[in-house]
Amino acid sequence: MINIDSPVSPAPPKVEVSNLNFYYGDKHAIKNVNLTLPTNKITALIGPSGCGKTTLLRCFNRMHDLYDGNRYEGEIVLDGQVNILSRRIDPIEVRMRVGMVFQRPNPFPKSIFENVAYGLRVRGEKNKSFIADKVEEALKASALWDEVNDRLKDMAFNLSGGQQQRLCIARALATDPELILFDEPTSALDPIATRNIEELMDGLKKQVTILIVTHSMQQAARLSDYTAFMYLGEMLECDRTEVIFKHAAQLRTRDYVSGQFG
Amino acid sequence: MATSISSPSSSTPLSPIQLSVIQRKRRSNLFSAAGIVSILIALMTLIALVLQLFIQGLPKLNWQFLTSFADPEASLAGVLAALVGSCLVMLVTAATAVPVGIGAGLYLEEYVTRNKFSALIEINVTNLAGVPSIVYGLLALGLFKYYFSLGESILTAGLTLALLVLPVVIVATRESVRAIPSSLREATYAMGASKSQMVFDHLLPYAFGNILTGVIIGLSRAIGETAPLVTIGALTFIAFLPESPIQSSFPFISFEWLKAPFTVLPIQMFNWVSRPESEFQVNAAAAGIVLLSLTLMMNSIAIYLRYRIQKSLKW
Ligand SMILES: Nc1ncnc2c1ncn2[C@@H]1O[C@H](COP(=O)(O)OP(=O)(O)O)[C@@H](O)[C@H]1O
Ligand SMILES: [Mg+2]
Repeated sequence: MINIDSPVSPAPPKVEVSNLNFYYGDKHAIKNVNLTLPTNKITALIGPSGCGKTTLLRCFNRMHDLYDGNRYEGEIVLDGQVNILSRRIDPIEVRMRVGMVFQRPNPFPKSIFENVAYGLRVRGEKNKSFIADKVEEALKASALWDEVNDRLKDMAFNLSGGQQQRLCIARALATDPELILFDEPTSALDPIATRNIEELMDGLKKQVTILIVTHSMQQAARLSDYTAFMYLGEMLECDRTEVIFKHAAQLRTRDYVSGQFG
Repeated sequence: MATSISSPSSSTPLSPIQLSVIQRKRRSNLFSAAGIVSILIALMTLIALVLQLFIQGLPKLNWQFLTSFADPEASLAGVLAALVGSCLVMLVTAATAVPVGIGAGLYLEEYVTRNKFSALIEINVTNLAGVPSIVYGLLALGLFKYYFSLGESILTAGLTLALLVLPVVIVATRESVRAIPSSLREATYAMGASKSQMVFDHLLPYAFGNILTGVIIGLSRAIGETAPLVTIGALTFIAFLPESPIQSSFPFISFEWLKAPFTVLPIQMFNWVSRPESEFQVNAAAAGIVLLSLTLMMNSIAIYLRYRIQKSLKW
């Protein structure tokens, strides 16, 4: 094993997951996971399908609270301060700090502008020019502004699939989240749209911490600073991306990233 | 054997595959023929009914008929009181059944925690839509007329029919809200929205077109109802109009009309049909046309609004 710890001090942790267990009723889907997400870095979550990547991701914004019978154990601590899984914390509070982009683009059946402005409206923002500025900023950050600035009033579903997904990214960005969760954001898109989104995500990490689930090894290798490998609900290994891809400690990780199973 | 491909000669026996295809095709043809016959029976009956109504009633349908009160003299009688009565009763019905029905539907669909008790309520609400209208009439007689002492008024009638429409609105609301995909709900909650923001920013606007259709179907059923209104004591002979809701002097709106006695179109029709004179039969047919037009008008408004709303929805 080669030690390639960088000489510069590692990024401070944005989120620390400790001893996390998650249950869908009786099904134990996440088993004693420990994980750290460094601030303003992209962490990729990889692993064979059904291993619990989506389930883990949806713990970070308490999405599981929407359905009966789901149960968390353990902690997810944000900024070293709050355990967002605590019963005293309202899931709405968590979701106001943690944004999410889904596997399939799911814009609201509203105008492009209203889609991006929605998060601000939810927060009670009334100032029109502030909202307009935020919408423009978010659309620029998601590399959509040039394509839609002349038709912000158009319905969102008139956009192509890739544009819709970038709109969903803009929607999540407009409220300045501290962490954004991406669940296989490009799996429903063509290669060009995929590349657009990868490029914009690389730019985003200046302002936000990113956790992305992907089934594509190349995407994880190209995009992420850190990679976490999950297997059957457990976190087998998490390290800097080049370590995982070149010198993984575990045999299963090496097999998986080299395409031996999956 | 190129010739046998382009035109299979009758001498070559059909393969089992061809036989099976022919057999199944014959069966579907038979079924579509049966379907056409059924449609024709339904359509012909409807057309015959409407045609008869129009042939009999159309000559009578003029301005005088629309603007006159009931009269013992058939040629002088008109539907004014019944027409105004039907419209005002429907106004009360819509104004009460729509908000209550949508509220109840949203509550049942979005807020109730699922258990045996909620399942029981659910089954009962669905079954309420099938309760005979006369039963609602009896309930209203006891509740509105005697218990709340609302009298034989437009208010009582409107509330009675609202009971009838309510289950339809509730069911329509629940079904249209349920049709909204969960991906949209998750997107909303992921933005940090609360439940009420979810309901008012998304569910209601997206479901509104379908809810509206349910409302109009319910109202179309209610506007033709006679039995429950006779039960609570609708009059058949009224020669005056209720006080106008809009007044020329302060405070400009009046609710006196709610307390007024009333009649409605189907009751007026029934009254004329039961007279022996043939002139009154003509009046009944003409009133039938008025009632039919009212229903059609409501339906076309619903179709138009639904088209407008649904054009902007896609998922
Ligand atoms: N709503 C659910 N109820 C019960 N089991 C579920 C539910 N969603 C996912 N699972 C199970 O949890 C495991 C992890 O699923 P998931 O997180 O979707 O995997 P991945 O995203 O890695 O493909 C799977 O075995 C799956 O069958
Ligand atoms: Mg998944």
